[in-house]
Amino acid sequence: MDFTFTEDQLAFKEAIGRFLMVEAPPEMLREIWETDEGRSPELRRKMAEQGLTALSVPEEQGGLGMDDVAWSLLTQELGYYAIPDSMADTAYVAAGLLAALPEATPDRNALLERIAEGSIRIAVAHGISPLVADVHMADKVLVHYEGEVHLVSKEALACQRNTSIDSSRRLSRIQFQPDSSSRILGAEAGTSVWAETLNRGVLAVAGQSLGLAQRMLDLSVDYAVQRKQFGKPIGSFQAVKHKMADVAGAIEFAKPVLYRAAYALASGEARADLHVSHAKLACCKAAWLSARHGIQVHGAMGYTWEADLQMFMKRAWALNASWGTREFHQNRIADIVLSDGAPIGPQFTFGD
Amino acid sequence: MQLKYTDNQNAFRREVRAWLKENVPSKPLESYDTREGFEQHRAWEGKLYESRLSMVMWPEYLGGRGCDLIEWLIFEEEYYAAGAPMRVNQNGQLLLGPTLMEFGTEDQKRRFLPRMASSQDMWAQGWSEPDAGSDMAAIRSKAIRDGDEFVINGQKTWSTRAIYADWIFGLFRTDPNSKRHHGLSYLVVPLDSPGVSVRPIKALNGKDAFAEVFFDDVRIPLENCIGAEGQGWGVAMATAGFERGLLLRSPARFQETARRLVNLYRLYVAEHGESSSLRTAVLESWMGAEAYAQSAYHTVGLVNRGVKIGAESSINKVVWSELDLKMHETAMEILGAHGELSGDAPEAVDGGSWLEGFLFAQAGPIYAGTNEIQRNIVAERMLGLPRA
Repeated sequence: MDFTFTEDQLAFKEAIGRFLMVEAPPEMLREIWETDEGRSPELRRKMAEQGLTALSVPEEQGGLGMDDVAWSLLTQELGYYAIPDSMADTAYVAAGLLAALPEATPDRNALLERIAEGSIRIAVAHGISPLVADVHMADKVLVHYEGEVHLVSKEALACQRNTSIDSSRRLSRIQFQPDSSSRILGAEAGTSVWAETLNRGVLAVAGQSLGLAQRMLDLSVDYAVQRKQFGKPIGSFQAVKHKMADVAGAIEFAKPVLYRAAYALASGEARADLHVSHAKLACCKAAWLSARHGIQVHGAMGYTWEADLQMFMKRAWALNASWGTREFHQNRIADIVLSDGAPIGPQFTFGD
Repeated sequence: MQLKYTDNQNAFRREVRAWLKENVPSKPLESYDTREGFEQHRAWEGKLYESRLSMVMWPEYLGGRGCDLIEWLIFEEEYYAAGAPMRVNQNGQLLLGPTLMEFGTEDQKRRFLPRMASSQDMWAQGWSEPDAGSDMAAIRSKAIRDGDEFVINGQKTWSTRAIYADWIFGLFRTDPNSKRHHGLSYLVVPLDSPGVSVRPIKALNGKDAFAEVFFDDVRIPLENCIGAEGQGWGVAMATAGFERGLLLRSPARFQETARRLVNLYRLYVAEHGESSSLRTAVLESWMGAEAYAQSAYHTVGLVNRGVKIGAESSINKVVWSELDLKMHETAMEILGAHGELSGDAPEAVDGGSWLEGFLFAQAGPIYAGTNEIQRNIVAERMLGLPRA
């Protein structure tokens, strides 16, 4: 029993953080927000060079074969820097789905290889979110249809773009006529593949939300130290301190829940859904609290376009309902916790 | 990251589970805030001690069994799941105990710790004074050296179960000219010493749950000082954090409350049907307790890797105390008109235990350092916000 990361894992997280800090500062985010496509091929290329797109791809297809636990660290960094790219959809969610397909599935290996080298964008239309992220740039879309997995080209879909308050989110409503030529997995096997895919999508959102929560807390603490009123930094006032402390508490207590969920998913635990939904709720809650207290601490500055806080807040607000609303996740938890003979209580922390 | 127990850990769990099954009293003990209940709990602690299950983490020669923190978590999980009696001597065992381990002389350890583990000696804490609550450095009680003794004068207050206890520990001003946290010493005093008088204070539950302790020329030997004379503040603070944060309230306690709350809600549903607001509150309670458990294992893992836990333990205290409140508020909501019934009422649910817990939960954000003080600690030491 060791609920910690190795030095290597932590060094990995730190290295990614340093890389993103340099490559995606807030000024650059603003520039990318203003573009039509909302994406920077240059940034994606650099991330691929760092090996980030290869993380989940099996070693046989040129990837690193890392698991959900590694992603629980990486997604926090993606959130912390509000990376305007749905890279996790391709490199984590889609890669995980493709890797779970039978080896002989046409295109499987080629797609995984392209993910690893960073030359493809794959959007995932699971159906849990009515609007799909990044279809406008996708080379391929993995579509859920009654349990089946379909692999579709963007051209084969009717797309309607929808604008989000978070300019880094590019959403589309898609319409799709399934046929046997696009089907790469039948419903029988597809159902469990999609269940796992859903959990990966959820976990990616949870990790990013937690990273956002931390970033907004850091921005707010910085601001509270610099901003003076009544001749003192506002951060010396208890009313401000206590808000920040509450955010720190929400973050500290969401972290282990996220890691627990990632571990459950990676090791195929029977109750992974429970932990994943819990992680989503805990991380999104921390992010919303950090946004609310963050804007309050920033005062009127927090309500401006100029202060960087807005970019992180908007992402946090948007992600809350992405890959399942609060109600959806609460229901998943209720299905287990409130069931007959539920394995809950102090003896079941790690399943029994 | 490896979230599986070892064979040894599983074996330990089975042993504890079997022992508790055999030994936990079938009839709940009286409240330990009464004389009768206090002695019943002392007897229970003695039984735990005989099987080396009172302080499992303490070294064997001091009455424990040398368990690590993971085994301690396992012990606690089994203990609360078995519905075993509340621990009556925690102020001694969890606040003074670790301090003695770190700062006590070998003689002091052997003299105090085994008797503390067995609860032959029951300990009350003596931090607060009438004018020194959250501002603990305002302590005025004096202990002045006279030959090979300290002579104590002053008053302590909010000392839990001090009218029943045998000893009190706390900070006293040994340098009469000192100010604030300088010149304080960490002393232990027998409550039957001449000059000590203890006046009970009735708590919210109507019982003598805490007391004022008056010292009038009370003489104690110099060897009752823990750590160096005049260094009491540092001694008290060094072990305050981690114990206060995690050991004092293990997650198992709240997981068990959450489990009972889920059951209470299920009974409610069977009678009245689903309520979306209650359901949300119950699920959030479960999640809160679960998050605390995950966090505890994470923290223990860090401690095992040699990481020093600092202000994070203040977050812990805020979280568990507010979680406890939330769970009991939810229970009161579910119980509706039956919530207010005391244990002896014919229609009381679960022997009035939810009401009892609800009352005690009100104290959580106050004792062991108020949550306001804890939030200040988090803001200043963890986040680096400036002092007022």
